Amino acid sequence: MHSNPSLSTRLWATALWVAVGFFVLNLLALIGSVVVSSFGTRWLGTWLPAGFTTRWYAAAWQEFQLDDVLLVTFQVAFSVVILSGLLGVPAAYAMARREFPGKRALMLLFLLPLLVPPITYGIPMATVLYQTGLGGTMAGVILANLVPTVPFVILVMIPFVEQIDPRIEDAARVFGAGTFRLFVHVLTPLLLPGVLAALLLVLVRTIAMFELTFLTAGPTSQTLVVALYYSVFAAGVRAVQAVDAMAVIYMLATLVWLVIALRFVSPTQIVSRAKQQNAH
Amino acid sequence: MSATAGPAPTLRLRLAARGLDTVTLLVLPAALVILALFLYPFLYGLWLSFRPKDGSLLGNYGRFFSDPFLYDTIWTTMRLAVPVTVLNLLLALPVAFRVRLMRRQRLLTTILILPITLGTVLVAEGMLFYFGAQGWFSRTVMTLGLSSGPVKLTNSYTGVFLSLLITGFPFTFLLTLSYVTGIDSSLEQAAATLGAGPRSRFRHIFLPLLLPGLAITFCLSFVQAYSVFPSAVLVGEPARITRVISIAAYQAAFEEYDYSMASAIAMIMGFTQLAVVVAVLASRQLAYRGPAGGGKG
Amino acid sequence: MTIHAADFRELRLEGMRRAFGTVNALKGIDLRIARGEFIALLGPSGCGKSTALNCLAGLLPLTGGSIWLDDQRIDTRRPEQRGFGMVFQNYALFPHMSVRRNVAFGLLMRGVPKAEAARRVEEALATVRLQAQADKLPGQLSGGQQQRVAIARAIAIEPPVVLMDEPLSNLDAKLRLEMRAEIRRIHEGLGSTTIYVTHDQEEALSLADRIVVMREGEIRQVGTPEELYAQPAHLDVADFMGYRNRLPGRIAGREGGLVTLDMGQGGRLTGTMREPLGETAVIAVRPDDMTTTDENASGVPATVRAIEYRGREFHGIATTSEGIDLFFHTERPVQVGTLVRLAAEPQRALVFAGEAA
Repeated sequence: MHSNPSLSTRLWATALWVAVGFFVLNLLALIGSVVVSSFGTRWLGTWLPAGFTTRWYAAAWQEFQLDDVLLVTFQVAFSVVILSGLLGVPAAYAMARREFPGKRALMLLFLLPLLVPPITYGIPMATVLYQTGLGGTMAGVILANLVPTVPFVILVMIPFVEQIDPRIEDAARVFGAGTFRLFVHVLTPLLLPGVLAALLLVLVRTIAMFELTFLTAGPTSQTLVVALYYSVFAAGVRAVQAVDAMAVIYMLATLVWLVIALRFVSPTQIVSRAKQQNAH
Repeated sequence: MSATAGPAPTLRLRLAARGLDTVTLLVLPAALVILALFLYPFLYGLWLSFRPKDGSLLGNYGRFFSDPFLYDTIWTTMRLAVPVTVLNLLLALPVAFRVRLMRRQRLLTTILILPITLGTVLVAEGMLFYFGAQGWFSRTVMTLGLSSGPVKLTNSYTGVFLSLLITGFPFTFLLTLSYVTGIDSSLEQAAATLGAGPRSRFRHIFLPLLLPGLAITFCLSFVQAYSVFPSAVLVGEPARITRVISIAAYQAAFEEYDYSMASAIAMIMGFTQLAVVVAVLASRQLAYRGPAGGGKG
Repeated sequence: MTIHAADFRELRLEGMRRAFGTVNALKGIDLRIARGEFIALLGPSGCGKSTALNCLAGLLPLTGGSIWLDDQRIDTRRPEQRGFGMVFQNYALFPHMSVRRNVAFGLLMRGVPKAEAARRVEEALATVRLQAQADKLPGQLSGGQQQRVAIARAIAIEPPVVLMDEPLSNLDAKLRLEMRAEIRRIHEGLGSTTIYVTHDQEEALSLADRIVVMREGEIRQVGTPEELYAQPAHLDVADFMGYRNRLPGRIAGREGGLVTLDMGQGGRLTGTMREPLGETAVIAVRPDDMTTTDENASGVPATVRAIEYRGREFHGIATTSEGIDLFFHTERPVQVGTLVRLAAEPQRALVFAGEAA
């Protein structure tokens, strides 16, 4: 309703924008202070550092062995992306196209890992992984991260599959395509935009996933976010600026993929999927 | 239909008639992975929690609920999660009502996605500096003359509260926005032509239609806040005021190596948050739960 | 019926304007509507008719001009202060309220005493014949029933003016005919003033006392259905009233109000002048007024492309040598491919200014 707003309406609107502005300003300042600090020389008791330098990045790279950590991070992230795509997309297709006994129970099974926070199921899962000898290894980290990402891919892909007219598939079958060839020649091209969007979001989520990786990773299988946690936790051992430099590298590693992902999906979509799942 | 009495349908055909064919089998790998990595550990954890070191069935639970150092963590966590979630919802609702009228929502929503993407660890790291005694926030407050000495918001209840607000608000807001924009704007127009002012329109039209969605938003936001971990350690006071239940579980598992106790705490954590969720969703049954459209359209 | 429309003499729109950015959706509408009239705003989509209705309801602020109810200026009032009833295209029923509470909503907002509100709700429901469904939710009703609830809700508040925004467009053809009769019956029973937006000229012709034809944010013509049907003032109004045949030509002769046009290739038609003309003009004829003729002196030669038997007569399409399609009716069976001459009574053929269709 934007018709002849009264004074109180306008005051209310202004107050809200001030509140939102305050929130965004603090958020950007918070990120900004990390970035400024990572380029600063000495910063004590002033608005800005005494001078600017890029040496902290070299220092952080050396001290935290970031080349190793980044390598691990991307190995983990891309393995999770590929595996959750291979597992999730066919499952989403079956869930979207077939009615079968136990489908509702299966749907609940796929929903639960998204509804229960990682720290709750992460501890028993880590226990099991350590008992099987996978705890602390990269394989263990990858497996742990599959728990939220496979259901995520399934739930994002179901509506994508449903919007494809099943008659297209029937036509392909009439012309003699089996299930495998159907996937390769007909469905993959049609589903590609959805798959791409879902997998990019999986990538972002995996890079940013702290709890599960933290609970299952060993010294050689830490991802960037866990390394960042440990260095913040052990504050004082290393220069603050080096930690900030690592934080900036982490930010870049995440945001690049987010920016790419946002070209394919609208921001509200990322969250509102969760809403649709719960509406049932 | 066949002229010759055909053989009985094969097993494959009978299964297909019930919806079980090769396509259905495609769910199996994913289902097995979730069963093995999620459900099995969960059930194993449940079983393990009843096998404490002292051999008694309920030893872990007895210990948890008799030791204030442990059972207080529930209260500590609730004291953080409930107010943060309520505040987030109260802030998100009016903002969503304004934003729904905007044409260019994308920029704002993209900015708000940032904290979700960056995650709690980075936000905590930024907060340590920004809200610290020498940070920009403290300096601004002093420059404006709002405080005589430095303001330090970290390493306290406030620090964790703020970090949950920053990482939780965007999520709460985007969910609320999607519910608010889901309500057909012609309903509001109809109410206006029937004589309802802004307040009445909110009370009689929006609120009843939004309640179910707000209940779900509350639950999802609450569950996130309840499992707070990194920020409670980094910007809180993890030994005392912000010793939340996830810290207790972590310490049991990775500092005392008592996996049985850790599982018990994880189960208690899961069931307490579930209790809140069930209570909220049960009250949702009282509200209208249908499509929020204005009719056929 | 004891629900009555509120009393007033006249609703006046004076230079009503509405711009969206640089786009002028309404370019100054002037209109007087008397109490009890049924007015149809008719035009193609995007002509500004719905914008005009939303401006009247107060859902869109004006960017110029004013709206008056007798001597009270109402365009500065918010929608909740105007008290107009409105029926929305998608009905906009409150999904969480029963039919009864939907209808009672406006009375509740006005603080009408409970007993009287209950009485008026019952009457409104009786008027639309929905008493039996009063306790259902809108989602449990059919499209036609939802439509009736929307009307009952709008009339229960006894508004001076009822605004209807394409209320029948979501119904199927049979239901549309039924509801058309219903809407007219309710309008007459209540003595209310109705402003009805539609793009369907048949609906406008059958319902309205006066039709306002709009195009590109302007009023093109106001008149009774008979006036518009027989004497459209402009070519675009004629177009909307079913004058499908349009032939451009040079003016060959004038006699009183009659003008003879020369289309070349031996084509000549005489029609009634509808507006001041220059050298060239366009003649417009309805398909049922266009027929075959034996006279060689008048008419337009055209080749029959298709012919269909429709019981009492034949409907056909013929193409002139310039490639213009003409629609005609005839009682004679003519063969596809033959050359015929098509003509119309001068009173039934209208001549408008313009180069070509």
